[in-house]
Amino acid sequence: MSITTRSNKEATRREVDRAIRSGGGDWRPLAFQGLLLLALITSFGILVVLLTDIVTNAWPTIQARGFSFVTDGLSLNPETAGVFTGIIGSVIIASIVALLAFPIGISAAVYLEEYAPDNRRTRFVDTTVRNLAGVPSIVYGLLGLAMFVPLVRMIGLGGSTGGKNILAAGITMAALVLPIVIITSIEAIRSVPATIREAGFGVGATQWEVIRSHVMPSALPGILTGTVLTLARAFGETAPLLVIGVATGYFAPAGDASILDRLTGPYTALPVIVFSWSRQTQAAFADTLAPAAIVVLLIVLFLLNGAAIWLRNRAEKRW
Amino acid sequence: MTQSITTVDLTGDPRRRRKERRVRAIFLAAGLASIAISALIIVALSGEAWRFISQVDPAALFTVGWFPRRGLYDIPTLIIATVLIAGIGMLVAVPLGLGAAAYLSEYASPRARRRLKPTLEILAGIPSVVLGFWALTFISPEIVQRVFTSAKPFTMMAAGLGVGVLITPLIATVSEDAMRAVPTSLREASYGLGASRSTTVRSVVFPASLSGVVASLILALSRAMGETMIVFMAAGAVGGALRTFNPLEPGQTMTAAVASLATGSDQVAGEGLAFQSLFFVGLLLFLITLSLNSISNRLVRRYRNRY
Repeated sequence: MSITTRSNKEATRREVDRAIRSGGGDWRPLAFQGLLLLALITSFGILVVLLTDIVTNAWPTIQARGFSFVTDGLSLNPETAGVFTGIIGSVIIASIVALLAFPIGISAAVYLEEYAPDNRRTRFVDTTVRNLAGVPSIVYGLLGLAMFVPLVRMIGLGGSTGGKNILAAGITMAALVLPIVIITSIEAIRSVPATIREAGFGVGATQWEVIRSHVMPSALPGILTGTVLTLARAFGETAPLLVIGVATGYFAPAGDASILDRLTGPYTALPVIVFSWSRQTQAAFADTLAPAAIVVLLIVLFLLNGAAIWLRNRAEKRW
Repeated sequence: MTQSITTVDLTGDPRRRRKERRVRAIFLAAGLASIAISALIIVALSGEAWRFISQVDPAALFTVGWFPRRGLYDIPTLIIATVLIAGIGMLVAVPLGLGAAAYLSEYASPRARRRLKPTLEILAGIPSVVLGFWALTFISPEIVQRVFTSAKPFTMMAAGLGVGVLITPLIATVSEDAMRAVPTSLREASYGLGASRSTTVRSVVFPASLSGVVASLILALSRAMGETMIVFMAAGAVGGALRTFNPLEPGQTMTAAVASLATGSDQVAGEGLAFQSLFFVGLLLFLITLSLNSISNRLVRRYRNRY
């Protein structure tokens, strides 16, 4: 009888001891932490494998062609094909996005944050914007096909492509990124403390004067971060362009084509070149030219992302 | 001598007030643009979608496969492939993403987190066309065809794994935000009761952040179902697909069906109702992802309100 009690006491003492030392010889917490770490390492490992694989495959082209790969245009000959046409296309699309989506998006954010009363209608607009941001990009392609391509044709800029040109692509891409511009701008404006606004109102400034001279200067770095990330998105999107008739094959504008002819003619973009080269019948295109185009695309995106992170670090202001 | 101040003095310069009203109207118009876009999407999709559904032979909607150029519009083929690929992607991404999020939020030093989180965000910014290319040229031959020797070069498995790589950083970053939003006091209470760190993570932090974590998973599912390029490039079946549940077969998702019809040689002219079917599939996809996103947004708002 007494023996049992003692061994029970022993067991209890061991249990308490183990609990106090938070597990002591218990391997399970360590294994749990190990599993989490493994997940983290795997996530980054995939990134490393992906980049290594792409760069290894791209290396022969990068080595043989050097910078001329970036400055050469489309060609059917893998020896001379470059991504210049795509870079130009992407830059034009990004410029149209900047011209259309940034002013509209930032203004909409200012309205929602600074002017709109907190009522059902405002919340409806807010929800709509957030839901729009999650609509698959290919749906925006269909929107462009049904609305913006005919629109461009209607205003007489259809050109040889009947509206399936870079102008329609730019408008479509602007519609795609608009919700993202609005959301990131709202976040930036919201982070400006109310006291800053009150200081402005206190000296008799109107709403617009407060926005222009108090809110905007403080919110601008944050807004810029968002817009730069948006440009990165516009640079990387492929699917909507495929739907609205981007050229996936070889084309070349006539040597004497005017700027308007070029703008309304066939076009391509950097990510679309990756796609179309991956389906070429000549092996060299898929084997090494497409990876090299990916390298160019990733460098552009990393630069844009780097700029955004730099801006964000500058913007992180403690009030 | 004293002059009383009237309301006229306080209302300010009429020119300033006029300008104020003009500026306000401009901002309001910009705000309405977002509503206009959603209205345009619905109008653009539903017009042609209605033409499709009212003219198509109902029997053609449930046949053996999706071959729009031959008049076979088997919607289940597309839905099965969409769910299958998104499911494979989630199987890969959920454990990786949640594990990475929990480690970053609960175990990593602040310094490590400051370095690693932006890297994850960069991974999230890799364009899908790059992952599509990689799924086709690396995942398919090096992983899928090695494990399953009978697999073809184009499989839904390879596309699903590629989609998994795409959504892992999304789950990781959004879940990490949710876990970090759990107040430190809850963790301290748990430590105070003598719980170890792993117990705290599993029984305090995880349940407390559940709505945010679920939101991230739904968001990822919506992204996976709406992803086009990876599926289009790696799952094959350009032009059409047979109805199949086998992930080692080629397949066509809703997004890929739209993309491949649109890039066909006859550029969405097609025969019969092929052009209209694009919009019907697009509308279906829009409605599915819209409902997933609104659920996710609602969950995020809930955990934001709580803490």
